[in-house]
Amino acid sequence: MACTLPIEITVNGRRRALEVAVHHTLLDVLRDDLELTGTKECCLVGECGACTVMVNGRIVDSCLMLAVEADGADIVTVEGLAREGELSPLQEAFLDKGAVQCGFCTPGQLVAAQALLAANPHPTPEEVQEGLSGNLCRCACYVQITEAVMAAAEGAPK
Amino acid sequence: MYTFAYERPATLAEAVALLDAHGPDARLLAGGTDLIIRLRDGSAHPAVVIDVKRIAEINSTIREENGTVTIGAAAVVADIATSEPVRRHFEALADAAAVVGSVQIRNRATLAGNICNASPAADTAPALLVYGAAVVAVGPKGTRRIPIDEFFVRSGVTTLDRGELVTAIELPIPSHRTGAVHLRRTRRRGHDLASVTLCCAVDETGVTRLAYGSVGPRPVLRVDESGTLADPDAPASAKAPILERMFAGASPSVRSMRAGPDYRLAMLRVLGSRAVQMAIERLAAKRQVEA
Repeated sequence: MACTLPIEITVNGRRRALEVAVHHTLLDVLRDDLELTGTKECCLVGECGACTVMVNGRIVDSCLMLAVEADGADIVTVEGLAREGELSPLQEAFLDKGAVQCGFCTPGQLVAAQALLAANPHPTPEEVQEGLSGNLCRCACYVQITEAVMAAAEGAPK
Repeated sequence: MYTFAYERPATLAEAVALLDAHGPDARLLAGGTDLIIRLRDGSAHPAVVIDVKRIAEINSTIREENGTVTIGAAAVVADIATSEPVRRHFEALADAAAVVGSVQIRNRATLAGNICNASPAADTAPALLVYGAAVVAVGPKGTRRIPIDEFFVRSGVTTLDRGELVTAIELPIPSHRTGAVHLRRTRRRGHDLASVTLCCAVDETGVTRLAYGSVGPRPVLRVDESGTLADPDAPASAKAPILERMFAGASPSVRSMRAGPDYRLAMLRVLGSRAVQMAIERLAAKRQVEA
């Protein structure tokens, strides 16, 4: 019984070769093996979205994906959004609009919003709400989060 | 999480051999949005998890050919919701796919996985029933096509035999112009499973196909060929008794989660008559566009 398998993944632009336990999720490996603890563990049933990461450009709940399934994939976590120490426009907008309260859901919200804007650079507020409906905010910053995503979209070239 | 052996077969023959050898001790992994939860909470504890996504014969394509749209078993629900042939020929399936879980779930969950779990609340099941889908299954005895209405048994149980796995779902393109819609009721949009999930299609020959789920052990299909339901000018009093007969297949459990049986039956009636009306309107709109 093979308890571990080698995988190769690209995380935030950096190639990583790892030996992972087959029953560990991508979330486990990101947090525990790669020490990228921006991605949060919370509900573990795919409801809260705190563990959202991008896999090959699409957002997924990393708690519902085995690390071995990510073999060969290109992964972006919240740590990959800032460039050379500069927050992304979306991250700045979250700060400007007060969209961060306790901050626990913020990494997942940011990654989901980043993917949403990549696919739809100028969404309507309804499209933002739909796109982020898989990300819960227990502090109920939904209005501010939507405003932040809209503000980032407005700042983007038309 | 509970430990298991992980197999990633490269061919269908290897997958079938593994499934046949391990029987109920094996579970197939496609999108994992149900299985991983079960592996973690212990409600599934297979010795072997067989990942189907590297099988050469299984793909994630959605292709239209000879009057059939074929959806590969690895196709994710997000791609089905936006697929051009699905939207053109099977609008209610696209509607249903668009409301499964959240964006994160839709990016992983597969249509094949949704039906193989055989959850009574599976949102894609009513549309597949209405459109007369066939499940392509490959096993030790070869390939067979299972009509979707003969596929579901009860929650978690299908008519797949030992060693069989689903490789694709086939949808015959309707031969008559059809208007169809999917409606559902949930406690919260974004993640929740349906309390009632329902699909209705009306075609220009007057046939109405109505399928509903989350109100019994398996999704149910009922067909009305009288022409009355599909008739935009028929009075509600004429339609009501037909709909009542069609809803007789509902038997929500008193132990059910999310909503009580009385509420589900009440909502089934509301959504059912609304869906018939919307399907009629969609058919009329298509007639206008194509006229």
